[in-house]
Amino acid sequence: MPDTPQSTPSSSATGAPVIAGPVSWYRRGTNHLVTMLAVLAVILVLLPLGAIFAYLVYMGIGSINWAFLTQIPKPVGEAGGGMANAIAGTCLILGIASAMGVPIGIGAGIYLAEYGRNRFGNLIRFTSDVLNGVPSIVVGIVAYAIVVLTQGHFSALAGGVALAIMMVPTIARTTEEMLLLVPNMVREAAYGLGVSRWRTTLSITLRTATSGVITGVMLAFARVAGETAPLLFTAFGNQYWNWKLNQPTAALSLQIYTYAISPFDEWHRQAWAGSLILIILIVLSVTAVRVATSRGVMKGA
Amino acid sequence: MANRALGAPQVPGPQPVAKPELAAEAKAAAAPLIKAGSTRVADEIFRYAMLCCGLCVLGIVGIIVYELMTKSSLSWHAFGWKFFFRSEWDPVNEQFGALPFVYGTIVSSILALIIAVPLAVGVAIFITEMSPPWLRGPLAFTTELLAAIPSVIYGLWAIFVLVPLLRLYVEPFLGRYFGWTGLFDGPPFGIGMLAAGIILAIMVVPIISSITREVMTAVPRPQREAVLALGATRWEMIRTGVLRNARAGILGGIILGLGRALGETMAVTMVIGNRPEISKSLLAPGYTMASVIANEFSEATGDVYLSALVEVGLALFLVTIIVNIFAQLLVWSVTRGTPARGNA
Repeated sequence: MPDTPQSTPSSSATGAPVIAGPVSWYRRGTNHLVTMLAVLAVILVLLPLGAIFAYLVYMGIGSINWAFLTQIPKPVGEAGGGMANAIAGTCLILGIASAMGVPIGIGAGIYLAEYGRNRFGNLIRFTSDVLNGVPSIVVGIVAYAIVVLTQGHFSALAGGVALAIMMVPTIARTTEEMLLLVPNMVREAAYGLGVSRWRTTLSITLRTATSGVITGVMLAFARVAGETAPLLFTAFGNQYWNWKLNQPTAALSLQIYTYAISPFDEWHRQAWAGSLILIILIVLSVTAVRVATSRGVMKGA
Repeated sequence: MANRALGAPQVPGPQPVAKPELAAEAKAAAAPLIKAGSTRVADEIFRYAMLCCGLCVLGIVGIIVYELMTKSSLSWHAFGWKFFFRSEWDPVNEQFGALPFVYGTIVSSILALIIAVPLAVGVAIFITEMSPPWLRGPLAFTTELLAAIPSVIYGLWAIFVLVPLLRLYVEPFLGRYFGWTGLFDGPPFGIGMLAAGIILAIMVVPIISSITREVMTAVPRPQREAVLALGATRWEMIRTGVLRNARAGILGGIILGLGRALGETMAVTMVIGNRPEISKSLLAPGYTMASVIANEFSEATGDVYLSALVEVGLALFLVTIIVNIFAQLLVWSVTRGTPARGNA
């Protein structure tokens, strides 16, 4: 391997036109071999992806019915029942998380892009990259410590706080990137018209970057929607309906986990169905927001 | 900053604002504000509000560190550094040592990297250098899709598809032909370190391959053309012209993948077997730091028990942070200062 750089100049120094000469069978063979290996790698990576989706649909579709979507879990041994409460719980927790995480994330992004071109901005940038790498289970511990311990019981709120913490860094960094893409001339034009700085940022810069910012938000949303680890000891799970913020709440991902490691076939079936629903929910919400922003009232500049 | 440049083409870029209605709106909005003379105050308020959001990020990390440290102090005072070198995990007698978990985390992550790195780099090479242009986008998208699947679904799939496959076919085979190495000793449970390593590998491939792709595209095009002009075959061009220049960044991507593997919880918890034992065989069940927290945290009785679990969390936090920072620096060393994907 290391001899290539030396050998190439020397061969050209002797005057032999390298391009014209036949490429040795060894070099050509290696080239083909590597190409084949790369193709093999692609196949090996796509295989599990295909297998996962195929199994999800194959195992899940048969178990999704009206009862699954409208009923709460039945006790062990009884057939039927569903995950309605878990679906609602997931929506509730995600709602709480978005209500907290999105404004803070976008605000932090605005700060970084508009005011953060200095050492302090770099500190925040760095911290938010650090936060992005924190394992989700650790975030769960912290949400447990700050919400569950002070409240005295598991709650939907604690789950929402945990997921919000995970949303903030992604949203902040993408918002920053998107705002920085807006040409400075646009800002200057607004200033030139006498628009104040905050108004420029909100209704000109941010609005111009809307679609990008929303992409970031959806990225963060999709990332936390299937999170299980931080919910284990914050939202905790619940076999019944719950709409109160300060009560333990079921979540789709928690329910899938509980059912998957249980010994009952009926529950395994439901775990597959729940997974399919979870994936569909994630895809649906992401597309819905995309559609709404591309042609609805929220359409950016 | 390099991030921004590289992230640019993936998102629908905002169009330059030249829309008349916006300008009109801005003018309408501006007029009363100028008269009111409140611009400066409003600007300051806005600035501080945004600063608060920024400070929130600092605050969150601060709270994480503070909570982890205070909640684990009990265990820290009881066991000190020995905590990480003892393999006893006995909640009844309040004796705790995290060695089996540290071992399980490291072994499963390294195993995942051994499987994932060749695949991820292969995929990145194929996408950036070999694939026909029309296939590039869909392939990149599909591999990224792997990253979007929730980890609990990976776990579910692993329990019902991967583990039976391993138990019935792969592990007996490994045991028969490679049993002499000692790595594949013992009965094939299916569940165990090997299953955890494989599922982790599937999960980290998209991270490593997307970073590898990023740094490979950051290598200037003339570099490739120069090597090709010297008569190199395509592989020689990739090796000497691209990989050699991008190696620091690729290493960064690998380490970033390691960071993800270390902290991954659910999928691993579901297939690793959850037994706090240290065994040389990869077929034997193990336990990781993240999964012991997931399994035992909500039923931990006793302050020392809880505090020991938080200390495991603190260690996990510190290790992943260090790993991530290191990786980030490596990636930056390659992508910083390159023109915004002029050669994609």
